[in-house]
Amino acid sequence: MSERIVVDPITRIEGHLRIEAQMDGNKIDKAYSSGTMVRGIETIMKGRDPRDAWAFAQRICGVCTLVHGLASIRSVENALDYKIPKNADLIRNLMSGAQYIHDHVMHFYHLHALDWVDVVSALSADPKATSELAQSLSNYPKSSPGYFADMKKKLKGFVESGQLGIFAKAYWGHPAYKLPPEANLMAVSHYLEALSWQRDVARLHTIFGGKNPHPNFVVGGVPCAIDLNSDSAINMKKLSQVQDIINQMKMFVDQVYVPDTLAIAGFYKDWTTRGEGLGNFLTFGDFPSNGMDDVSGFMIPPGAILNRDLSTIHDVDMNAADEIKEYISHSWYDYENGGKEAGLHPYDGETNLNYTGPKPPYDHLDVDQSYSWLKSPRWKGNAMEVGPLARVLMLYATGHDQTKELVNMTLNKLDVPVEALFSTLGRTAARTLETKIFADQMQGWYDDLIINIKAGETKTFNEVLWEPSSWPKSAKGVGFMEAPRGGLAHYIVIEDETIKNYQAVVPSTWNAGPRDGNGQPGAYEAALEDNHTLHDVKQPVEILRTIHSFDPCLACAVHLTDPDGEEIIKVKVK
Amino acid sequence: MTNDFKKKKSQKEQTFGDVMRSQGVSRRSFLKFCAATASMMAMSPAMIPKIAHALENARRPSVIWLSFQECTGCTESLTRAHTATIESLIFDHISLDYHHTLQAAAGHAAEEAREAAMEENYGKYLLVVDGSIPMGNPGYSTIAGISNYDMLMETAKGAAAIIAVGTCATYGGIPHANPNPTGAVSVNDLIKDKPIINVPGCPPIPVVITGVLTHFLTFGTIPELDHLGRPKVFYGQSIHDRCYRRPFYDKGLFAETFDDEGAKKGWCLYKLGCKGPTTYNACATTKWNNGTSWPIEAGHPCLGCSEPDFWDGGGFYKSLSMPTENITQTAIYTAAGAVAAGVAIGAMNKSKKNSAIAAHDKTTIDDLEK
Repeated sequence: MSERIVVDPITRIEGHLRIEAQMDGNKIDKAYSSGTMVRGIETIMKGRDPRDAWAFAQRICGVCTLVHGLASIRSVENALDYKIPKNADLIRNLMSGAQYIHDHVMHFYHLHALDWVDVVSALSADPKATSELAQSLSNYPKSSPGYFADMKKKLKGFVESGQLGIFAKAYWGHPAYKLPPEANLMAVSHYLEALSWQRDVARLHTIFGGKNPHPNFVVGGVPCAIDLNSDSAINMKKLSQVQDIINQMKMFVDQVYVPDTLAIAGFYKDWTTRGEGLGNFLTFGDFPSNGMDDVSGFMIPPGAILNRDLSTIHDVDMNAADEIKEYISHSWYDYENGGKEAGLHPYDGETNLNYTGPKPPYDHLDVDQSYSWLKSPRWKGNAMEVGPLARVLMLYATGHDQTKELVNMTLNKLDVPVEALFSTLGRTAARTLETKIFADQMQGWYDDLIINIKAGETKTFNEVLWEPSSWPKSAKGVGFMEAPRGGLAHYIVIEDETIKNYQAVVPSTWNAGPRDGNGQPGAYEAALEDNHTLHDVKQPVEILRTIHSFDPCLACAVHLTDPDGEEIIKVKVK
Repeated sequence: MTNDFKKKKSQKEQTFGDVMRSQGVSRRSFLKFCAATASMMAMSPAMIPKIAHALENARRPSVIWLSFQECTGCTESLTRAHTATIESLIFDHISLDYHHTLQAAAGHAAEEAREAAMEENYGKYLLVVDGSIPMGNPGYSTIAGISNYDMLMETAKGAAAIIAVGTCATYGGIPHANPNPTGAVSVNDLIKDKPIINVPGCPPIPVVITGVLTHFLTFGTIPELDHLGRPKVFYGQSIHDRCYRRPFYDKGLFAETFDDEGAKKGWCLYKLGCKGPTTYNACATTKWNNGTSWPIEAGHPCLGCSEPDFWDGGGFYKSLSMPTENITQTAIYTAAGAVAAGVAIGAMNKSKKNSAIAAHDKTTIDDLEK
């Protein structure tokens, strides 16, 4: 019989996400993804100084903590044709790359791992066998029998205290957990090691941006000056710290994250045949080597892939009125211009809140009507997936050597066909592989920065357009980037030195958005509808696995509101 | 839950000290932790045995963490604390029974965890809140189909005390910024009958979040608060008064723009809009991320993120008390600053400061350099 199950809150994500699944027996027939929180940040930004916009936009999300700030300053720079020094681009690349590495590792261990790793099973692991397993996978030094014996003792003491805290009420012992006790103990140990590692490597943001979370940016460059003869600028001490952090990042990714992903994936190969979803992928491109105007210099190329066809990369025009549009057929918004069925390009976007859902407290949403605070973005009418899998496919399809090598190594190791990429596990593996690519690339950006400084080029800020009085009366622009969770674009309209309109089209909106007027599901919904049978509908760990494979970030995905009904900005989740 | 876990639940009265011993933590390393705590809270070494005694004899207190209109930046900051670390907190010092971002359970099971923690620890658990609460419509933010307002009121009822973390929970934060589209309010706008500690900042400094927590856990009391509900130990001094660039302010040496000679030499960022004079926070003393740096050291003016309504302060790159296009907003900022703590006064030339604040007058750099 058909039952509607609800998972709310979806935990171990950023923000407020609800999944409702219409069951056909134990199989998911239809899935509905709902963002349940709105703030209205785009509306709040209206009328403010465009140079201040980054700080507001950055608070869209504290997990993706720098990406909205960066997209925002790029939107202003694009609108004003404001060129920035090469060092500023390098420092931004280093900060953004650090965000990927930090964010992806934390996602894997602290948000996603407990879908695959059974903490209770780890209590019956043999420390010696765990050590042998760990040493067979990597040369990470913390791998002795004594180390794992200590970890087991710590975990045992914790469980025996009777206070399970964040591990309480989870689905431990569920038959979907397949790892042997030793692999569970190793993964739980690395959960703790990753917590310690992440707070050290987050310091790269602190060196260049003063703090983490929410490091500082500035339109026209970066706020930190470089001066090898000053105690109060980027000097050799700070550069050495950056180098140390890059080493630490690379070590953990190579010795822990990549081997753990491959080892765990080996026990879950059945997850390479479900959770694909749309088969359509989109990237905006990022990591410039020659400024944001030179797309050919991007490390990640832009493009669209339709129906898994890697042989054809479609061009994407961020500014074309008929390419990127947002729909609200099933979202709690109204459009003054075109009504409920219209799609609007972000420059013309509107964000008028209109909550028509059930009055809280409620049991179920009315999914035939509006059911989410997210909009439904579409590219030329197609629902698209963004994020690590889209980027890895784009790099693979465009012949990026390291990507091809890593993907082929992974497929061989797991002994699965290339189609395995289009799945829940493929998505999770793609995140790991791109982290390895970024961890290696960090050294290149650092070396380029040193070369510039050596050549006497220390400029980090271009003051020429800083004063708003030097700006044209009106201007508009798009700031785009590849954020860890996928392609991100901020659209700004500037008039009389203030923000007239601001719209953020965010990765998690692409992935987590509801159906459009044609009934076309978003990426989460389509993925859950792809071959998901639940062992026990009361313990839907299968839903968590596929949703977490996208790394949801809901604060990013939600739009803003304009109480005057005038429209303007939308904010989304990434 | 497995049978194993049920059996272990029966050992409810085990204390923190028992657990430490059973885990083989030596007395010596335990005391080292206590010493680190004492030092961070600026307490005398004589307090170390007292902290040790308090910790050893306590069951890990239950903590319920609710997230409303927020960006998860406060939780991210919590995980960045180098002392006390998140691992030591959740394994040794607290039982974090509900926390969306970190807990393993989801959906109904997650809500059951919250309900069980409330029931078992009624009157004793600590409630931590990040994010504001939208009063414009209960549908603006829900968890498990429950409005944020209802969940806050229900959970606050049995709490021993509440810690509001971040500027959204303490003062409404960015959702509350003009024109406040969702009617966002702070925790202490709604809760009047419980002790509330405000820990503002966007986000708060990592060790400040865990420092306030460990103070409460160690002494069972709330630290001394200022008139905005903030612990004086972390929010008692202005950024300006503790800033390492202060001597250049006093000498009248200012960066005129980013990356100029003054910026490179570490001169004062006042002219670039620094809000240090009206901002009370510990950035200049604790710095960020294990003392690595902090915004002003990294060349950016202070945004003032731990002050109420800092988002509406008139512009992050507009100098304090300098003329701006919007006189009203400048006046509001000056007034807010004045309320905030006794304040901007120290920043201004003595001959002018009192009258400037009283009249919302503009004080110029020239005045300040006198």
